[in-house]
Amino acid sequence: MDRPVTQPELPAKTPDETPTMSRTLPALPADGLIAVVKRDCPTCELIAPVLADLQQRGALAVYTQDDPAFPETVAQPIDDRDLLISHRLEIEVVPTLIRRSGGSETGRTYGWDRAEWEKLSGAAGLGPGLPAMRPGCGALNVEPGRREDLLIRLGETGLAARRVDFGNDEDEFEAIFERGWTDGLPVVPPTERRVLRMLAGTTRDPKEVLGLCPPNLVELTVEKVAINAVMAGCKPDYLPVVLAAVEAALDPAFSMHGVLATTMFVSPVVVVNGPVRRQIGMNALGNALGQGNRANATIGRALQLIIRNVGGGRPQEVDRATLGNPGKYTYCFAEDEEGSSWEPLSNDFGIARGTSAVTLFAGYGLQGIVDQKARDPESLANSFAESLKVLHNVKLAPACDALLVVCPEHERTFRAAGWSKARLLEELYKRCEIPLERLEQGALGIAEGYPPGVLKSSRNKFRPGGLMIVRAGGSAGMFSGIIGGWTGGGFAGSMPVSREVKS
Amino acid sequence: MSTVLDPTAELSPSTRPRLVRPEQLEGLTVGLLDISKPRGNIFLDQLESLLSDRGIEVRRYMKPTVAKPAPVPLRQQIVGEVDLVIEGLAD
Repeated sequence: MDRPVTQPELPAKTPDETPTMSRTLPALPADGLIAVVKRDCPTCELIAPVLADLQQRGALAVYTQDDPAFPETVAQPIDDRDLLISHRLEIEVVPTLIRRSGGSETGRTYGWDRAEWEKLSGAAGLGPGLPAMRPGCGALNVEPGRREDLLIRLGETGLAARRVDFGNDEDEFEAIFERGWTDGLPVVPPTERRVLRMLAGTTRDPKEVLGLCPPNLVELTVEKVAINAVMAGCKPDYLPVVLAAVEAALDPAFSMHGVLATTMFVSPVVVVNGPVRRQIGMNALGNALGQGNRANATIGRALQLIIRNVGGGRPQEVDRATLGNPGKYTYCFAEDEEGSSWEPLSNDFGIARGTSAVTLFAGYGLQGIVDQKARDPESLANSFAESLKVLHNVKLAPACDALLVVCPEHERTFRAAGWSKARLLEELYKRCEIPLERLEQGALGIAEGYPPGVLKSSRNKFRPGGLMIVRAGGSAGMFSGIIGGWTGGGFAGSMPVSREVKS
Repeated sequence: MSTVLDPTAELSPSTRPRLVRPEQLEGLTVGLLDISKPRGNIFLDQLESLLSDRGIEVRRYMKPTVAKPAPVPLRQQIVGEVDLVIEGLAD
C-alpha cells in the first residue's frame, strides 16, 4: 500500500459550509488505515508497537491528540492537537482504528481488541505480547466544552440567533444592561459556548417552536429559551423545567398577555412537582419561597426574562402593573411531597404523582398566616379561612384565585385528624361563604363592594377550583402562607396550568 | 471582542438605536453644554438667544475641561434639569 496521501479531500460536513471554512480543514487520507491516539491513554501507550507494525506493513496514518511526538514508534505522527480531524471523524474513544477506501470509511474499531484490529487491518499476528483486549480512554474532542468549541470554530453550531458583538473596551455586563436585556440585575452573557452547553440539557431541537410568546406574539424557539436560561443563571439540567414553565405560560388558558398587562400585582408563580425537584436540587423546605437556591431562583427568572426579551413585555410598556411585586424577578419553588400526606399539586391538574411537572399560577407576594395555638383541624381551618377572606379586600367575593402554602407543622395537625386535601378544601370553602350584607357597598364602613340590592345571596370568596393547596416549608414554625391571585382569575382570565417536564 | 447570542425576538437593530429626536422644542427645557472648547460660548450664546426668543427655557452648563468626560455630578444635574442637551463640540 501507499503511504498516507496528503491530498485534501475531506468534504464539508454541511452543504452551507463556506469555502473558507473548508480550506481550514486538514487533509485526510482517502485510502488506508487511520489511528487516532493520545499519549495520556495507557491503552494507546500499550499498542504503540502495533501501530509501528501496521505502518511497516502498509498505509497507516496516526493522528495524535495531545502530543505530536507520540507515539515515538511511528514515523511522522500527525499533530491533531486542534482536534479538527478527531472531530470530523467523530472519535469518541482512543485508540480508534478506521479503514477508509475511496475517500469514505469502511469500518472502525475502538480500544484494543486484537481480533477486531486484525480483521479491520487484514494483518495477522498483531501485538503478540499484548493482552487480547483492553478498553480505550475518552477522546479529547468529546471532553466537556471541547466539542462545543469545535462546533463554534467550524461554524457548525446550528444556532440561529443573531450574533451581537461587543467592542473591546465594552464591559459585556454593562453592554447587556444598556440593551435592555435584563430584569435590573446582572445576567450571565449568553455566549455561543454557554448556550450550546445549555441546550445539552434537553433532547429537543433548538429550532422547535414552542408557540407565540406574549405580548408581541413572536415565535419562541427552544434556542431562545436556552439563551435566556443562560442569562438567568440556569444550569443545563434546569432547562426542561424552564421549557415546561414556558409551555404553561404560552397556554392560552394561562392568559400570559393579560397577566403581564394588568395593573394588578400578579406574575407567573412556578410550582414544581415530581422527581425533577430532587434531581436538580430544588428547595421545598426551609425558606422554600425565599432566596438562596439556584434552581428555584433561576428557573423563575428565566421565564421572566423570556417574557421580557422575546415577548417584549417590559414594565411601563405593555406591563402596566401599578406596584408589581418582588416575585416578578423570580417566583419558583418545589412542593415538599416527601413530607406531605397529601397528593401533590400537579395531581390536582391530572398529572400523576411521580411525574415531573410544573404548575403556573398567576399570583403575587405572600400573606402570612400565623397560628401557633391551633391543635385541632377546625380551629386551624378557621384561621386559614379568616385570613383568606381578606384577599384583595374583605368586601370582594369572589376576589381572586389563591394558592395556600401549608407549612409542615400546620399540615401535621390536619394529618393527625385524618383530613385529606379535599376535606380541607371543602371545609375552607364552607367557611369562605360570605353573607351578602357584609359585601354591599358601605358595609363595614368601606365603600368598596357590591351595589345594594345586586346580590341575592351569599357569595363565596373563591370560584370553584380557584383555591389550591401546596405543602412547603421548614420543619419549625406554624407559619403558612397565601399567594394571592388575579381578579381576572378563572375561565375569563388566567387559569392555573400544569405541564409535564420532558427531557 | 466578545460575542453573545441575541436573547430577543430580533425585531430591533442589533446596534443600539440613538434616542429619538424630539419633534419640537416647545414645552421642553434645553440644556446648553459648553465643553470648554474655545469660542464654544459664542455659538451657545447665539443658540440661547434664538431659543429664548421662541420662549423655550434654556439652562447653561459647562464642563471643567474639554479633556475629560463631564463629572458625574454635572451629568446627573443635567439629566435632572433638562429634556435635551445641545453642546458645542468644536472650536
